[in-house]
Amino acid sequence: MFVASAFAQEAADQAAGEIHTETGVAEHGSEGGFPPFLVETYPSQLLWLAITFGLFYLFLKRVVLPRIGGILEVRRDRIAQDLDQAARMKEEADAAVAAYEQELAEARKKAASIAQEARDNAKAEAEAERRRVEAGLDSKLKEAEARIALIKDTALSDVGTIAEETAAAIVQELVGGKVDKASLSAAVKAAQQQ
Amino acid sequence: MANDPIHQFQIAKWIPIEIGGLDFSFTNSSAFMVATVVAAGAFLYLTTSSRGLVPSRLQSVSEMSYEFIASMLRDAAGNHGMRFFPFIFTLFMFVLVANLLGLFPYFFTVTSHIIVTFALALLVIGTVVVYGFYKHGLGFLKLFVPSGVPVVIAPLVVAIEVVSFLSRPISLSVRLFANMLAGHIALKVFAGFVTSMTALGIAGAAGAVLPLALTVAITALELLMAFLQAYVFVVLSCMYINDAIHPSH
Repeated sequence: MFVASAFAQEAADQAAGEIHTETGVAEHGSEGGFPPFLVETYPSQLLWLAITFGLFYLFLKRVVLPRIGGILEVRRDRIAQDLDQAARMKEEADAAVAAYEQELAEARKKAASIAQEARDNAKAEAEAERRRVEAGLDSKLKEAEARIALIKDTALSDVGTIAEETAAAIVQELVGGKVDKASLSAAVKAAQQQ
Repeated sequence: MANDPIHQFQIAKWIPIEIGGLDFSFTNSSAFMVATVVAAGAFLYLTTSSRGLVPSRLQSVSEMSYEFIASMLRDAAGNHGMRFFPFIFTLFMFVLVANLLGLFPYFFTVTSHIIVTFALALLVIGTVVVYGFYKHGLGFLKLFVPSGVPVVIAPLVVAIEVVSFLSRPISLSVRLFANMLAGHIALKVFAGFVTSMTALGIAGAAGAVLPLALTVAITALELLMAFLQAYVFVVLSCMYINDAIHPSH
């Protein structure tokens, strides 16, 4: 590939004989045999592999891996912390909801008691009013009954007088004489009692 | 380079370095190891630099890979296994990014060389053996003696367990190496068909649609393979590490 010819030529002289037969690529003899089996290139490859791999190992171990590990650690911590915070906030929210529910229940209870009280008051007032009205009506009824009785009594007593006068007049017309007033009233009373 | 499908695996010296007769040159392979490490490191570093509580898309990619590997290791090896997390994570990112970079045309695939994958596999097994003996002493050898095995067949079982343990680094490394190698060769071969058929004229160009479609399909498959092989490599490593932590079956 690059500046291979000189090196490969040199390699061919040393290694061609022993290696070609094993690899079966003897036709490349002019270029030094099958490259991976050229033993004289091994020291160089081993040395540079040791150097590069060793430095790479140290670099990764000292610098890169602690850094990536740190990044992952920080992220894990951060996520755990955020989850904690979220859980705490959820608890707070739950508590707020519970408090709200409780207040709501209390308010409902209070409203119910106020409504009940108002209803009771209204009922009591209505009852009192009804009683008052009934009492008024009763008294008026009694008054009216008393007056009716009075009027009836008056009327009944008037009936006796009217009957006496009428009887006296009738007797006078029929008989033509004066009638004894006492016997007349006794007769009217007897008629009334029949 | 032409149509040679093997050419892409060749090692090219960029800066020759030689110490004690051994060749430690800075090669294209070394360059892509550096590129792998820089790309992966820069991505992980830059995407997480804002440390966003709410991650951006790229930051969540880094976080997802972190959590993916962490949960995989925890599932396989328990909480005790998390001490190997940096190692497993490094392994995963290195293999994954090396595989992904290798998918770019003209890029070198670090994991297509057996020595690299074998070294990584040996590192895993070496960690298992060293930690196993450090933690459990000779008790680590209980790994080879499953509990409840009758004495008569115990030697046979122990032999099988030892062989299976020894074959682990081989299977681990060859699986990754062979998949990367075969995938890239197939890709190169089919892509080569496209160019060579097009060179034949109009009929060839019309026929080249088929290998072109296959190239696209194999590229998608290789993308899957890049993830899958990195994943498999690391899953098996996690299971082996679990053996080191809990040697008795």
